[in-house]
Amino acid sequence: MKIVIINYGAGNIQSILFAIERLGFTAMLTNNPEEIKAADKVIFPGVGEASYAMKMLKESGLDTLIPTLTQPVLGICLGMQLMCKHTQEGDTTGLGIFDVDVIKFTPKVKVPQMGWNQIYNLKSGLFKGIAENEYMYLVHSFYAPLCDEAIATTNYEEEYASALENNNFYGTQFHPEKSGDVGEQILGNFLKL
Amino acid sequence: MLTKRIIPCLDIKNGRTVKGVNFVDLRDAGDPVELAKIYSDEGADELVFLDISATEERRKTLVDLVRKVASTINIPFTVGGGIAAVSDVEVLLQNGADKVSINSSAVKNPQLINDLAQKFGSQCVVVAIDAKQIDGQWIVHLVGGKVPTELNLFDWAQEVEQRGAGEILFTSMDNDGTKNGFANEALAKLSSLVNIPIIASGGAGNIQHFVDSFTKGKADAALAASVFHFKEIEIKTLKNELKNNNIEVRI
Repeated sequence: MKIVIINYGAGNIQSILFAIERLGFTAMLTNNPEEIKAADKVIFPGVGEASYAMKMLKESGLDTLIPTLTQPVLGICLGMQLMCKHTQEGDTTGLGIFDVDVIKFTPKVKVPQMGWNQIYNLKSGLFKGIAENEYMYLVHSFYAPLCDEAIATTNYEEEYASALENNNFYGTQFHPEKSGDVGEQILGNFLKL
Repeated sequence: MLTKRIIPCLDIKNGRTVKGVNFVDLRDAGDPVELAKIYSDEGADELVFLDISATEERRKTLVDLVRKVASTINIPFTVGGGIAAVSDVEVLLQNGADKVSINSSAVKNPQLINDLAQKFGSQCVVVAIDAKQIDGQWIVHLVGGKVPTELNLFDWAQEVEQRGAGEILFTSMDNDGTKNGFANEALAKLSSLVNIPIIASGGAGNIQHFVDSFTKGKADAALAASVFHFKEIEIKTLKNELKNNNIEVRI
């Protein structure tokens, strides 16, 4: 199986590579459109600032490539947010794969949300064998409100979509690669899709 | 619900985990990679990996060790020590760190906080603040608590938040190594003044101290080293006790 991680200069990619290795696979880091198109699974990471990340995507033409992919694609954290229509972070237009606008938590809660929170209302093959209310690791200041494409819910300030699915595109606000054994199982589920 | 976090701190010198009493008389508490794996398996929520000799000896953080830790564990970890530039952070993130912690370099060059937040996002920028009370004022100190600055803890905390820090790791030098509990009054004041998470550090000696750091100190996370390294407190027992005290934890 050919797994690629899209490399567009967005922070911590190594921990995803390591998690995939722990699952017994190898992944290739690349920004080459041909390699990405030819992959069986594509992971679109994030960690970083939205407008900067989008600028990097545009410079390499990946902003037009990603929405055309037909194999399973998993956006993680900022990757998921960039797959939405728009994000308030840096007033950034996203890839429009998920039909939702990303907004910021208000000062009613500590921002960023940082730490382990529960996921529930799980609705996807991505969560095969995963119990409701497992804890996942999240670090984010912006979030996707609940919407039709939500496949997991988390509560911080309000209930919001902590994972999204639209056809072959998946997104998790949490970091499966950093969420212990259960997180690794979710990543493993994605690789088996 | 978002849980309170328990964070073992791996103080590193020459590739080994160490923890001193009031930052002197360092003792060897084992292999950091092995410890990281044990803590991850026992339910630690996060790890902090601090190269405590870095600032003093002008050494760069041990990138190889970061890679080994990152390849072994599946929970997030923060790396600090000797980080003075955006390029230092890039190297650490590329090698598997999730967040970086900056301390002296932020005091010397506060713009670094803005630069890191802009490039990598606030979520991976932890500003560590070491402070102790001098004439009733909490004064920020550098170089492992040896050098006092002009900065007041609370003013500095607000400034680092404004500049884009995602989290504050506050170590009370008065409490560190004493095992008499965290500086809960200062912690609670910090928590009321800033709207980013606060990690309590310095003074953990028993389970009640952790309970107090969350209830009285309003901390979002509590960090300790020696009580974990020397198995005086088991993380599983600690988390069960926290739960018994109605504190949300991941078990």
